[in-house]
Amino acid sequence: MGPDELIHLESITKVYGTGDATVAALRDFSLTVATGESLAVMGPSGSGKSTLMNILGCLDTPSAGRYWFAGQDVSSLNETELAHVRNRRIGFVFQQFQLLSKLSAWRNVELPLLYRNVSDRRRLALQALEQVGLSDRINHRPGQLSGGQQQRVAIARALVTDPDLILADEPTGNLDSTSSRDVLAVLRELNEQGRTIIIITHDPEVAPVANRTVHLRDGQLVDQVAA
Amino acid sequence: MSLLHTIETGLRSLLGHRLRSVLTTLGILFGVAAVIATVGIGQASSDSVTARITSLGTNLLTISSGSNVSGGVFGGGGSANTLTMDDVTGLQDRQSAPDIAAVAPVSQGRASLVSASSNWSTTLSGSTAGWLVTNTRTIGSGTFITDHDVATRAQVIVLGSTTAANLGVGVGDIVMVKQIPFEVIGVLAASGSQGFGNQDDLGVVPISTAQDELFGGGSSVQRILMSATSASTIGSAYLEASQILLQTHHLADPTQADFTITTQTQVLSTAQAVTQTLTILLASVAAISLLVGGIGVMNIMLVSVTERTSEIGLRKALGATPFDLFRQFVIEAGMLTAVGGLLGVGTGLAVGYVVPRAANIAVTITPLPVLVAVGVAVAVGLVFGVYPALRAARLAPIEALRAQ
Repeated sequence: MGPDELIHLESITKVYGTGDATVAALRDFSLTVATGESLAVMGPSGSGKSTLMNILGCLDTPSAGRYWFAGQDVSSLNETELAHVRNRRIGFVFQQFQLLSKLSAWRNVELPLLYRNVSDRRRLALQALEQVGLSDRINHRPGQLSGGQQQRVAIARALVTDPDLILADEPTGNLDSTSSRDVLAVLRELNEQGRTIIIITHDPEVAPVANRTVHLRDGQLVDQVAA
Repeated sequence: MSLLHTIETGLRSLLGHRLRSVLTTLGILFGVAAVIATVGIGQASSDSVTARITSLGTNLLTISSGSNVSGGVFGGGGSANTLTMDDVTGLQDRQSAPDIAAVAPVSQGRASLVSASSNWSTTLSGSTAGWLVTNTRTIGSGTFITDHDVATRAQVIVLGSTTAANLGVGVGDIVMVKQIPFEVIGVLAASGSQGFGNQDDLGVVPISTAQDELFGGGSSVQRILMSATSASTIGSAYLEASQILLQTHHLADPTQADFTITTQTQVLSTAQAVTQTLTILLASVAAISLLVGGIGVMNIMLVSVTERTSEIGLRKALGATPFDLFRQFVIEAGMLTAVGGLLGVGTGLAVGYVVPRAANIAVTITPLPVLVAVGVAVAVGLVFGVYPALRAARLAPIEALRAQ
């Protein structure tokens, strides 16, 4: 693998279930993502997108194959080691925002830092919120923010640990078109600043934001389009 | 995640469900309070029994008729009166019983005492001069029954201080018992001992008078009280008494003995065993309520884990390790029970303060049961928190995130 490769998946297979009921969600899947790239993963539901997202995000381990993340083989790490990789190297953005409703915006952004004992958490959280243009909403609770603003808080939370990768799973799935454009603009801006971004989506509107798009079908790569 | 933040997160979660947390805490509170209060009551009754028995003097030996072995202190006694005044005479022999200091036969019954101004029902004992020594009592005013009174069947009576006060009589006055006049020749000094049965409410008359005029029964006596010369000679006094009685009863085989000799230490240990058993019984019931409280904690923690599944998934995605989540839920359970335990101590101490004043039941609270109850409460929380916490720690992040 090359020096500027952030992600290197080699013949990844992920099988669910046991015995006769096994389903292969990914079959002999290989993919390389360079540092600083922005990639859109597209495909219909059931194509293996979510499985790919879980493996890329170190939320799950492959049944077979190897996965190198930033030069480290993460395919055989245990749960605790995977938790450390997620905490230090990956920022997640989810379709449902996944903000804790009882915490203010900045407290939500602070969360990942609590799991690595960083001391100036408030400053870092405010800095991340500023990057997504929400400096005036730091003490608002999620319920007091619009969907687009909530997703931007979630992006700030993904950013706050200064991760190698931002992994966004259907980031615009719950947003109206204006908010979607907002959120995509933030993601594009982050990519332009040099951050690697992978967006998993079935929305063709999202793909142009990325400089490369891959299509998945039945757990396999069907084609690659460079923008 | 630092411990401080784990606690902070836990507090926020518990305060987020205030009513639920309070109700769960109540279960532990009552459990701990019940343990403290019941052990306190048991301890107090044990203390009171011990104090009463030791106030009778540890040198005391009691001979009762019946063939029970020494373990069955109260059983069989008095089923047939096999003790007589001849036994008393035999036991008073200094030659064959050098370690017996005093002997007092006792025939006892309830009797109504009538004075000029009042009447009063009390326990009346027929005995001899030895009664005062064997019961470790002293005379407050007047004199006690003498050997001469016994020999002459004198119609004289010595009263306990409470009895004398209730009858409104003093030394020199006359009280009627079964229409027979008795002259009050002495009043006992107050014993001060309290508890079951007042030691200052009694009357003593010469045993000969009691046998002939009051209770009947010829020369048989219900029991014989003896004092050993000292605490260290109780053993030899026991042997001497038993030998003399076997002889006077013409028995060769000690296993055929138709009498039972009991020492105060035996009575004491039996009484303590009884109160201890009762205390354990009560405390067990209380401990069960503590256990039920613990199950309540587990229940609520399981509900909490289920409710917060997506939060758990999110925290995992953000980098919480299985241990972080395990610790989170164990600490939340521990906080619930610790608070419940501390409030339970407060409630238990309050019960210990109020009950003696309101219901005349003594409660003695010692530090040990309090510490044990709190320790058990917290342990219960941690133990019952483990299973829900493991559930949380084992949740797969992806599935947890999808739950909504």
